[in-house]
Amino acid sequence: MSTPDLKSASDAETAPPGPLDEAALDAAVDAALAAITAAPDLDALKAVRTQHTGDRSALALANRAIGALPGPDKARAGKLVGPRRGRINQALAARQTELEAERDSRVLVEESVDVTLPAQRVAQGARHPIELVQERIADFFVAFGWEIADGPELEAEWFNFDALNFGPDHPARQMQDTFYVEGDSNLVLRTHTSPVQARSLLERGVPLYIACPGKVFRTDALDATHTPVFHQVEGLAVDKGLTMANLVGTLDAFARAMFGPEARTRLRPSFFPFTEPSAEMDLWFPQKKGGAGWIEWGGCGMVNPNVLRSAGIDPEVYSGFAFGMGIERTLMLRHSISDMHDIVEGDVRFSTQFGTEI
Amino acid sequence: MPLIVKEWLADHVELPADLTAEQLAADLVRVGLEEEAIHGAAVIGPLVVGRVVEQSPEPQKNGKTINWCQVDVGVHNVDGVPAADGGTPRGIVCGAHNFGPGDLVVVALPGAVLPGPFAIASRKTYGHVSDGMICSQRELGLGEDHEGIIVLPRLGYAEADLTPGQDAIELLGLGDEVLEINVTPDRGYAFSYRGVAREYAHSTGAKFLDRGLPTGAEPAATPDGFEVVVDDAAPIHGVTGCDRFVTRVVRGIDPAAPTPRWMKRRLEGSGMRSISLAVDITNYVMLDLGQPLHAYDLDQVAAPIVVRRAAAGERLTTLDDVGRALHAEDLLITDSPEGRGSRVLGLAGVMGGASSEVSGATTAVLVEAAHFDPITVARTARRHKLPSEAAKRFERGVDPRLPAVAAQRVVDLLVELGGGTADPAVGDVDTTSPSAPVALRVTEPARLVGVEYTPEQVRATLEEIGCVVEAGDEGVLVVTPPSWRPDLTGSAELVEEVVRITGYDKVPSVLPAAPGGRGLTAEQRTRRSVARALAEAGFVETLSYPFVGDAEVDALGLPADDDRRAAVRLANPLADDKPLLRTNLLVTLLETVRRNVSRGLTDLAVSEVGLVTRPRAGAPAAPALPGGVRPTPEQLEALAAAVPAQPRLVAGVLTGRRERAGWWGEGRAADWADAVAAARLVVERTGAEVTVSADAERLPWHPGRCARFTLADGTVVGHAGEMHPKVVETLGLPARAAAFELDLSALVAAAPSTPVQAVPVSAFPAAKEDLAFVVDASVPAEAVRRAIVDGAGDLLEDAALFDVFTGSQLGEGKKSLAYALRLRATDRTLSADDVRSVREGVVAAAAEQVGAVLRG
Repeated sequence: MSTPDLKSASDAETAPPGPLDEAALDAAVDAALAAITAAPDLDALKAVRTQHTGDRSALALANRAIGALPGPDKARAGKLVGPRRGRINQALAARQTELEAERDSRVLVEESVDVTLPAQRVAQGARHPIELVQERIADFFVAFGWEIADGPELEAEWFNFDALNFGPDHPARQMQDTFYVEGDSNLVLRTHTSPVQARSLLERGVPLYIACPGKVFRTDALDATHTPVFHQVEGLAVDKGLTMANLVGTLDAFARAMFGPEARTRLRPSFFPFTEPSAEMDLWFPQKKGGAGWIEWGGCGMVNPNVLRSAGIDPEVYSGFAFGMGIERTLMLRHSISDMHDIVEGDVRFSTQFGTEI
Repeated sequence: MPLIVKEWLADHVELPADLTAEQLAADLVRVGLEEEAIHGAAVIGPLVVGRVVEQSPEPQKNGKTINWCQVDVGVHNVDGVPAADGGTPRGIVCGAHNFGPGDLVVVALPGAVLPGPFAIASRKTYGHVSDGMICSQRELGLGEDHEGIIVLPRLGYAEADLTPGQDAIELLGLGDEVLEINVTPDRGYAFSYRGVAREYAHSTGAKFLDRGLPTGAEPAATPDGFEVVVDDAAPIHGVTGCDRFVTRVVRGIDPAAPTPRWMKRRLEGSGMRSISLAVDITNYVMLDLGQPLHAYDLDQVAAPIVVRRAAAGERLTTLDDVGRALHAEDLLITDSPEGRGSRVLGLAGVMGGASSEVSGATTAVLVEAAHFDPITVARTARRHKLPSEAAKRFERGVDPRLPAVAAQRVVDLLVELGGGTADPAVGDVDTTSPSAPVALRVTEPARLVGVEYTPEQVRATLEEIGCVVEAGDEGVLVVTPPSWRPDLTGSAELVEEVVRITGYDKVPSVLPAAPGGRGLTAEQRTRRSVARALAEAGFVETLSYPFVGDAEVDALGLPADDDRRAAVRLANPLADDKPLLRTNLLVTLLETVRRNVSRGLTDLAVSEVGLVTRPRAGAPAAPALPGGVRPTPEQLEALAAAVPAQPRLVAGVLTGRRERAGWWGEGRAADWADAVAAARLVVERTGAEVTVSADAERLPWHPGRCARFTLADGTVVGHAGEMHPKVVETLGLPARAAAFELDLSALVAAAPSTPVQAVPVSAFPAAKEDLAFVVDASVPAEAVRRAIVDGAGDLLEDAALFDVFTGSQLGEGKKSLAYALRLRATDRTLSADDVRSVREGVVAAAAEQVGAVLRG
């Protein structure tokens, strides 16, 4: 940077110009512009700025010299100096912007990191899929204008059996593999979610459209397909004019919601004390292993008149349908789970697969 | 459940010759008889009749003697030529000795698979190549007899019908797949070939012949029939225990007469062992028609037979050799050697006794064909854990018109097969009443099913299943169900028959329109919100069984008088060491944690939401009420009072690291504060207001690191903090495990039910003021915060604790808490005076409430 200065100093000796010599000013401008362009970084540009626009620069000196000139000369000299200073300042500003941009992008490059590094400092949580399926089912029924009902898991025998037309000597009452409470309390762990039906009919009356998801209990040992504690969802609709066709319609819609548009249901005659007519329900399952086919999904039927009478509802006026299916079975089918142990053991690796929505 | 032998079923209904077990199952399931299983063919591959040509005994070094046999197996001989045409028999080694040259036997050739499965191949043994196997009954799954091999003529096969090389699978009935069906409790009559055949006919329209209907040939009771007295002093629900008792006598039976092969085959195919001719005949007729029967040795029975309830202290040794103490409700068959009804012969409809059983010496048989009350039989069978074939049928309901028909069949078979003579004397005590007619509006099936059945269709279907249908009042049918359908007691049952016989697949699919509901309840929404919040905070939701034992409760270190020890006890727990229902969630959630830790997963945050059971001491028993009647308000209250409280709890446990180790550093260990934070998060999601305080006496928590959560009314709703080191050690958890547990039901109940009323957001500038207070180390931060809030007044927007400091310059037992206050007014910019006055208020309140001194 110093070379042009020395050179201009030696030029001055051979032909000593005034501070307002036009050619000298042009040379100073050229030198300044060249220096600005050549400044490689912001620090260099700062030095260039001092050198070429500072107090002792040619143009600053020329500017100062204007003050000493007489009036008319002043204006001429101002026209000589002002635009030249402007060009230099413009070039400086442009170069400043340019170098700042360069610096900024360089810094950002230097600050780059490996974004594929593991970033989750707190492990992700998850919901249990059994709970998620129950919520999804609840959402389905709520969307149809049904309500979701809950009830106790330790239940009076009357609600679990008698109110549902299982008399004390009914063979089906013996087939339920019931957990009984010690002593004469007449309490059992509910063997199905159906007692919630009885409670809802008593408490809410008719018309009634409810779904009851929840935990139920049977004295089955845990193996790949059985668990003593499992979950069911039960649906109950009681109103004037409800028919078995409405039961089929509801089941079909439910099957499609859970298993996709191709799903549908099929009924087979069966027996449950709390429904008459009763049916086993099969599901057409397109994803069945080994090819689409029917698989058992649950039981259903028209509410037995005695169940309505247990709640003081006239079966001549009202009719209804009920259905129930296992949540575990639904989950196992939907997500290809082959071993019940995974669902019940609480190993975090199982739930984590499902996240918070299924 | 019943096994169906096709060839037997064909006695009652026409079957296509090529009917497979699979097709039969499909036909039956349409009318409600579900497939339980299809049992595969017992034997696969070449099993043929062979004639022993030579038999040379060869003593072995081990002391045994084997027989080296040459057996003619016709075209299966070594050269494919029957011995009669000069062919060469096969050489077979056999260890049995109950046969000799010339005997016709059963040979499994290489490639056959016998039950086991046991594959037959040529193999070297005892110095010979044995080219097949001569079979015993047990090896073919035909019976338990393993002592000797089968010699076919001894089993009743005529020698003239047998040729070496003939297929023995067909001959012995081993090639059929057998269908096992499931009979629902309302269809007792389907526990017979008669009933299954009727259902098959309903499904397919095949021609059905009902062999269970009285033909008129059954003799009526005679005055000299074996005397039977029904003396039921204690009928259950007013129904006599026995309303029909037919007796027949057959004398002069040959005790050595064998059960014919065809009957054995049918019995064994149906899953029943052959015992003796008389017993086999009663079992055969029971399977065929559905009527349980009993055969007594006439000489061992002293008239009269008395049917009565048991007396206190009576005992009976049943046929299964078990001595049983009888219950006053048990209905007994007794005879009268030392006075009327002095000796117990059997449990009516359940099981006979050993004393009067037919034996190898019996020549005169007394046949019993009776009809017993289903409830009486069900209770006795249950009480004595005797789900016998007879009890299974009686408790589901047996056709009361069958006894005479079935007894006649037994008599005919005893005469035909046992060479006996039927006594003309017949006993028949009959107090049965005809089936009660049911009124059915002809439109009822359409009302319940949604299919417009015509009146003709309704009538025809009901007649098809055996009902007698008469016209009643306008639009009403009077339907008398058949005697074998005691389940048809109301119009709904008749509707089921209409839809069942016309086909469930004919019911259309019509989605009903519900009137519209109120959506999820606040409790249901909160439950979701809490579970979701915990998951988003890193907790993995799990579910555990609610069963615990003393060991699990003890591991929590609960004191003897802790109310969490008062638990409901199950009468029949799955595991004897876990008979209690949990009263808190942590006890089972910690088991889940242990399982994860034992699998090497030690950095855990797990949660559970579930019900616990809190029994109330001295709670009354739930009333036993009848079904079909709405309980009175008092009865409903009594039911409610008997069911223990079952609040829904939420709990979480943290072990190991809360933040992982990684390239950023060592991570961070979970501690008490994480548990408290999670609990606060739960509370916040419920919307309830709680106060937090220290609790030094709540196990399983650390006495110095446990926060108690209390509602405004003083109800304690839960705890959170670090777990007690002893409990952590006992459970084998990583050190410093932390946990929380909250009563979600109580929090939801305490949450305001009115919508949040919004405070307007002020856009005026905030003033910030930092204050540090020195207090005694024992003063909880929560108390200081409350003092600040009290002292600051309405202008306080936020007070954040940003530093906790202890040090010698503060003095022994002191700590400094520094708070950043953010002040703001809703209507103006705060002045210096405003800020000064807040500051003075806070300092004063802190001094007054917690003895705080502003730090210089």
